Amino acid sequence: MLVAAPKPLLATLLALGLAACDQPRMEDQAKYETYEAAPGWPNDQAAREPVAGTVARDASLAPVPETLPMPLTAELLERGQARYDIFCSPCHARTGTGDGMVVQRGLPAPPSLHDERLRQAPLRHFYAVISDGFGVMYAYRDRVPPEDRWAIAAYIRALQLARHARLDDVPDDERPQLTGDRRAEQTP
Amino acid sequence: MAPLFRRRANSLAVVILVGILALLMAISVFAYVVYRSPYQTDVGYAPAQPVPFSHQHHVGGLGLDCRYCHSGAETSDVAGLPPTLTCMTCHSQEWLNAEMLSPVRQSLANRTPLRWTRVHDLPDYTYFSHRAHVNNGVGCESCHGRVDRMPMTFQAKPLTMQWCLDCHRNPSPHLRPPEKITAMGYSPRRDGIAGERLIKRYRIHPDTLLECATCHR
Repeated sequence: MLVAAPKPLLATLLALGLAACDQPRMEDQAKYETYEAAPGWPNDQAAREPVAGTVARDASLAPVPETLPMPLTAELLERGQARYDIFCSPCHARTGTGDGMVVQRGLPAPPSLHDERLRQAPLRHFYAVISDGFGVMYAYRDRVPPEDRWAIAAYIRALQLARHARLDDVPDDERPQLTGDRRAEQTP
Repeated sequence: MAPLFRRRANSLAVVILVGILALLMAISVFAYVVYRSPYQTDVGYAPAQPVPFSHQHHVGGLGLDCRYCHSGAETSDVAGLPPTLTCMTCHSQEWLNAEMLSPVRQSLANRTPLRWTRVHDLPDYTYFSHRAHVNNGVGCESCHGRVDRMPMTFQAKPLTMQWCLDCHRNPSPHLRPPEKITAMGYSPRRDGIAGERLIKRYRIHPDTLLECATCHR
């Protein structure tokens, strides 16, 4: 029956059928995704580095403030703790004593954050060290944005204060949690 | 004259009819199994890398947080591959003479990035954002598996549309609180907060998760 069909129609159908054969795969379209190889570009990389001296549209050009530029809140300290645990604790340890896991595996030990010198250091000092590095510590400015650097600095101060805290510093209603004194909870 | 069909033709007809049906079913089942198997989905795919980087050592052994290296996960569509400087943060001091790490040192010296082979490659017609998942209660482990047990990084999940929809249709049993996003071996059911409460906390609207344009745009 098909043989009976006019030849031009058959040819058209065949041509259409062939056209379907060389579909470019939709999984891999003619566009560059982040980190995709882009032959011919520098390093054959689709991801480009910004031109030297580029300033992000939302970057602050103001000089770095001398101290915490935002209000000191519990949220800021919690943010600081989370960021400290991610970026600082591998070396400085979660307690700030400077014997984190990577130090235990051989990296030179940083000074304890509870040293008298660092207890006296202004927050600006920690901000600067995070931004530019210090000694064998690399700069973290690419990994930790400015607000997080201040949050970490504030949290370091909280760690330092906590180490020298006395029971009297703890609010009355929280104290039983530390002393394990169940009777105190009953006291009106 | 002998009959055209012998007696046994009756049973033969049944066998042939059932056989054709069974064959069709077997082909369908086989096709489906192959379609869902690692052969098609690449589960277990662990390509060779320029440096045999071990997540098992860095995550499981040292306890580094995912975001120490993949620092874009919370703020960007892509989690981010660490620049060579991130490796050198520690390896400027540790394993200085390891032959294994020579490509890393070469990369730093020549200012040429390392060429890793992509393990998790979604089709170009899907839109996926790490930021959207990580900030809304989906843990790294949910899609990448137990990387803390991977000496070589491999694809742990099928990454099929059906697999995506399993969660998009019913996200609550998979959600974690923000502080457990990068935790490994965390079970939302066992140690978690009830998913219904997290859905409210993250303000997730399950309806929008099933719209075509959520993932295909």
